[in-house]
Order: sequence, then C-alpha cells, then structure tokens
Amino acid sequence: MNALEIQDVWKYYGDFPALRKIALKVTPGSTVALLGRNGAGKTTLLRIIAGLSKPSQGGVRVLGADVRQDSTRRRIGVLGHGISLYDELSATENLTLYARLYGLDEPRKKAHEWLERTGLERVRDGLVREFSRGMRQRLAVARAFLHDPDVLLFDEPFTALDDRAIAVLQNLLADAHQRGRTIVMSTHQLKEALVLATHVALIRRGEIAYSGIRTQEMVDEPGWLYRTYEEN
Amino acid sequence: MQASEQSAAAFGTEKAAGISFAQYTRLVWTIAAKDLRSELRTKEAINASVAFSIVILVLFSFAFDPSSEQLEEFSGGLLWLVFSFAGALVLNRSFARETQNDCLDGLLASPAPPSALFLGKSFANFILLIVVEFVSLPVFSLFYNLHWMGQFWPLVLVMLLGTWALTMIGTVFSALTVNLRLRELMLPTLVYPLMIPALMSAMTLTTDFLSGVPLGPDNMIWIRLLVAFDFIFSAVAIAVIDTVLVG
Repeated sequence: MNALEIQDVWKYYGDFPALRKIALKVTPGSTVALLGRNGAGKTTLLRIIAGLSKPSQGGVRVLGADVRQDSTRRRIGVLGHGISLYDELSATENLTLYARLYGLDEPRKKAHEWLERTGLERVRDGLVREFSRGMRQRLAVARAFLHDPDVLLFDEPFTALDDRAIAVLQNLLADAHQRGRTIVMSTHQLKEALVLATHVALIRRGEIAYSGIRTQEMVDEPGWLYRTYEEN
Repeated sequence: MQASEQSAAAFGTEKAAGISFAQYTRLVWTIAAKDLRSELRTKEAINASVAFSIVILVLFSFAFDPSSEQLEEFSGGLLWLVFSFAGALVLNRSFARETQNDCLDGLLASPAPPSALFLGKSFANFILLIVVEFVSLPVFSLFYNLHWMGQFWPLVLVMLLGTWALTMIGTVFSALTVNLRLRELMLPTLVYPLMIPALMSAMTLTTDFLSGVPLGPDNMIWIRLLVAFDFIFSAVAIAVIDTVLVG
C-alpha cells in the first residue's frame, strides 16, 4: 500500500487549470521534496492531499483511504501557508485545543511536551499575538507534529525560521523519517529540503515535470533540477 | 484498507472510525469554549452588538410615545428587529475569526467532523446572542415602559427558540460568506429572508407575552412553527456544512 496515491488530479480555478493530470505515488517512509516556481501549483496540490480542497477531476488516497474520512485525517499532520493558530490564545491553549481535536490523552501534558521540544516552554503562557514570526512558525510546527502523524504535509516549513529553528525542524523531520513517517514538503529552500529528501517531485505549470529518487547530484548542485527541467 | 488499519495499529495512532456521542459532545464543547474564550479576550463582537442594540432601542424610544397603547402591538417586532441586527454583528465574526492565520484549515485538517465544528461555533454564537438579548431586555423595559417579568418563562422560551433559529441560519451563512469581501453586507441579505417564518413567530409571541397574553392554544401554533423551523434548519445546516466548508 502506498502512503499517498494521486490519481490523475486536475484542479481548475474558473477556466484556468492550476493542476493538470497530476499522478504520483509515494511509498511509506519516503520524504518527498515538492519543488517548483511560484504559482506552479505546489500549494494547491498539498491542499488537495490534505483534504482542504477537492480536485476538479481525479482522486487522492492517503494511507489507502479517502482523505476526508475522519480516521484518515487523524493520521495526517498539516502545516500550510498560515500557521493555523489563534492570536488571542496562549501557546499552551492553542496546542491543547488541537490535542483535544485529535483526541489525544492528557492534552495539556502533550502541549507542554511539544513546547519544550520546539524551545517555546519559556513563553508557554504568552499570547500568540505577542510572538515573533519565527516563534509563531515554531509553534505551528509543534501543532503539526503534536499527534505523531503518519503522514506530514508541509508547505514552506522553513519560512521565517532562523538558523537555530531550521536545525530544530530538520531534526524533527529527520527523526520522523527515521521512525517511518512519510513526509511531503513544498519549499523554495532547496538546500535544506534536498538534504532531507529521499524523493523529489518538480511541478512546472501545474504538471509533474520530474519525479524520482533524490540523487547526490541534486544535493551538490541544488539548481540542477530547475536548469534541467524548468528552463527547457 | 485492512492493511491500513493494521499499519495504523502498529503506529498506535488509529482510533475507531466512528466516534462516540460523548467524544462528539466533547469536540463540540472544545470548539464552543475556544470561541467563547477568544471573544472574552477581544470582546470584539459582544461589545459592538450590545452597544448597537442599546443605541437602537434608545433612538427608537425617541420616535415612539412610551405611554401609547400601540406600543405593545409592535413591541415584539421592534425587539426582534434589534436582536436580529445586533445578532448579525456576532454572526459575522464567527467564521471571520477563523480566516486569521488560516485557522479554518487547521480545524478542517483535524479529524473533528465538520458538523461538530459547526455545532461548536453555533453554541458559542447562541450563548453570545442570548447574553446580548438579556442585556437589551431591561433597557427595552426601561425606555418603553413595558413589563416582561410577568410572562418571564414563556418569553425566555421564545427567546431561546428564536435565537437558535437565528444562530443556525446565521452560522451556516457566516461559513458560506467567510471569503467574500462584502461579507458584512451579504450575511444579513441572505439570512433575513430565510428567517421570515421564525421572525414572524417570535415577534407575534413576544408581542403576546409583553401584552400579558398567556401561553395557550391560540399562540401554541407559533411555538410549534418555531420548533419545526429550528429542527428543520438544524438538520439542513448539519447536512450541508461539509460541502459549505470544503466545497
């Protein structure tokens, strides 16, 4: 069984096809770097995989099931463009809220555990509106990992993070990968993403221009993929 | 699918596909508590709504003679118009609050059923609207020289049923209009025409009770209409909310 199976997905915004016949299979335990220029369709594809948007044609199965099933969503962690955190609630209150929505035991304890892991235990009772952009992003990362999901979907996860926070996130992703979790992340930060990735998918104007195993050549020269598949 | 469940069991994260009534109720309360806590911290909607209803009641009192016998006849209509307009301010904020930081995506990506999210938000709106109404009632009594304590419990019953109708329709349309630029205008435009049967019932009953007419066979038909309206629109709202939120 594939962790993720995208079958001929099309997505139209009006007459404009944002995604065209996207087909992709991701095996369990893979870390996929979803690459592409601005407007290529990465975010649209991630939203469809996460069940936040419906494809115009085609279908997506996550862990062998429809993503809109409650039991499937329980096994997915999503970090989108927005941090999905409430400004007027504290860091602990935000994570406790999500722990309850995911049906975790001891939600408050779980929230504190993740605040510690992301280096935010010092500000755990501070309101999110008082946080810096980097702290908000770290809290959003904690929210995505909180319920120990089998599939992680990250859209630009390194945005707004400083070097230390990038290292924390890379460690979390590496740890998740080691424990057999499947990760799909879209990013413009090629270097950070390619170090972690086992597979690469490049989207060009709504189509998959390349998909395959990440090679050492890509890591050594991150611009190679774009030069080879984007500029032709 | 079987393989998926085995794999999930190995990871220790899978729960039963369905959730129990107790779990569902907890999810509804979690969302309602979150919305109420957010509102208590910002007081954005409640302050605007209470201030609006008091100002409108005071302004209308200048237009009508409080000693006039006619006042009793349109008291119910006046009160429910104020409740409806003030309610729109609360309902507009309901899903608009979720657009900040894309919080709605976080909720929809969670395993909580969309109907539980909707009911949680509806209960929070209902509580806020009831607070606005109970603050407005003494002001109404003071400026219009009407006594509502005589028929207190029947009046409370009408307020609960009428407010639930407003909450159900208002919360669905709050979700539907959340991404529109003119949502503040669109929400009342869409909600009030649908509310006509419920508003008619609530206005008639409120006028009766403020005039001292007791609850009896004559006005029971309006209570039945309100109950049927609440039941039908709650069922319809719960049935369509997944499509409204995800498309």
